[in-house]
Amino acid sequence: MTVAPSKLPVSAEHRGDAFDVDLIRQDFPALNQTVHGYPLAYLDNAASAQRPAAVIDAISHYYSQDHANVHRGVHTLSQRATDAYEAARQKVQQYINAASTCEIVFTSGTTDSINLLAYALGAGIKAGDEIVLSRMEHHSNIVPWQLLCERTGAVLKVVPITERGELEFDTYLSLLGPRTRLVTLAHVSNALGTVNPVADIITAAHEHNVPVLLDGAQAVPHASVDMQELDCDYYSFSGHKMFGPTGIGIFYGKEKLLEKLPPFKGGGEMILAVSFEKTTYNELPYKFEAGTPNIAGAIGLGVAIDYLQDIGMDRIAAYEANLLDYATRAIADVPGVRLIGTAAHKASVISFTVDGIHPHDLGTVLDHQGVAIRTGHHCAMPVMEFFGVPGTARASMAFYNNAADIDQLIEGLRVAIKMFN
Amino acid sequence: MSDKKKLQEMYRRTVLEHSRHPRNFRRLDAPDRTAEGFNPLCGDKITVYLDLGPESIQTIAFEGTGCAISLASASMMMEAIEGRPLSEAGEIVQRAQAMFRSDAKSPAQSDIEGLQALGGVRAYPSRIKCATLPWKTLQAALNGTTGAGRISTE
Repeated sequence: MTVAPSKLPVSAEHRGDAFDVDLIRQDFPALNQTVHGYPLAYLDNAASAQRPAAVIDAISHYYSQDHANVHRGVHTLSQRATDAYEAARQKVQQYINAASTCEIVFTSGTTDSINLLAYALGAGIKAGDEIVLSRMEHHSNIVPWQLLCERTGAVLKVVPITERGELEFDTYLSLLGPRTRLVTLAHVSNALGTVNPVADIITAAHEHNVPVLLDGAQAVPHASVDMQELDCDYYSFSGHKMFGPTGIGIFYGKEKLLEKLPPFKGGGEMILAVSFEKTTYNELPYKFEAGTPNIAGAIGLGVAIDYLQDIGMDRIAAYEANLLDYATRAIADVPGVRLIGTAAHKASVISFTVDGIHPHDLGTVLDHQGVAIRTGHHCAMPVMEFFGVPGTARASMAFYNNAADIDQLIEGLRVAIKMFN
Repeated sequence: MSDKKKLQEMYRRTVLEHSRHPRNFRRLDAPDRTAEGFNPLCGDKITVYLDLGPESIQTIAFEGTGCAISLASASMMMEAIEGRPLSEAGEIVQRAQAMFRSDAKSPAQSDIEGLQALGGVRAYPSRIKCATLPWKTLQAALNGTTGAGRISTE
């Protein structure tokens, strides 16, 4: 039987304890190209990361050898596809240390995961109930809750942020009360890079018997997360930001909570028996996976997890902390730069503005120097409003970025400043 | 055209000059017409104000935030529109938008004074909306009989 390969990246066999970023870069075909005549400096990882050849090969292998629908056929290919799909679920479970694979639901991404919970919780929410979230949320962790509020009459309670881009923790505590039904917060802010004190957030919520959903889209690419240690109730993240495919994501929920939730979407796969009188829903996690899932996406995500674990999340976090430090100093040294988001604890994301240059123009000029960054409001308009800027430039780093990428960014900033001032 | 030339073509000196010192950048207190334009992709916002004479646009002004391209485009629009007969204004807006949509390979043609300086934006599909936002907003203001219109690029 052949299943999707989980072969090690080429460089891994030759890698010692030292973090050899040059070898790692060779695993990512997209990094090996020039843009406008310059080597590509890809610093837009918070929007979407690149993927290693191992992930691309696994998807290609799956479609060329093993594809069939999952959980349905008695034939060989269906069994192979099912095995590979379920093996990926197990990898995710181990990666985030969930108690069981039945707690791992494949979705299309973080947005889908948050919508799933917002919909499924809806039946139990009444007018006047409260959902606590923060000013630094991505729109995908605001709008589904606003829709829920419109349906039910519940209200949002917004935790403010400080000038450094940190949560006002005391205010958070004061917002928890008898009407609070859920706390939903970014683990790491996409616009600011702030790493929120999620362990304390969860502990405080649990003292009020309130469950917590974390938006982990910007957390899982940078550090290991442990659902059982955090005692996290719900967690969501996307494949494409952690070097896997687009269109695949995870919704995690504690088994006893998921059991109580009604299904989100109805269809095939999520049922055990259907008649016009009564439909019996499938067991966890299939109750939440209506229709043919993104099988290749799940398999690709599993291989991305293998890849990350092969390098080691602790080594990745240590390397990125150094790179963030280097980049922060270098960017802050450029005249006219204002850093947006200076939390004590940050992931490798740097938002900034440059005097006299609109972020959009900066993005175009940097692109011409081979530097890919994101510009705009980063789907976090309340954050932009708080800092009084229409948008920012954002350089977001992965473990395959190096000092040369940062130097190229700095040189690009100097070119832009010369051009516009 | 080389990449560097393409960039210089978009950020011509006239364009940068307009973006640094946009014409008629102010609020009108009791405008006859006004509209707001918004580009949700980059957060650019513009408000266009019109004071109308018997048959012409007596005063046009704008305020807002935007990139060099949207500010320069708005500033050039002020010069192109102020004092024009109302009956012509809509047509000028159409001609300006047609220029931004024209093929980037041929030189920009426009009978609107100075506007061809913005022709370089045609080589940047992601930036054309920056250039057209002020014009679409003006169109909304022209269409609205009373009160404020609101348009979005998306």
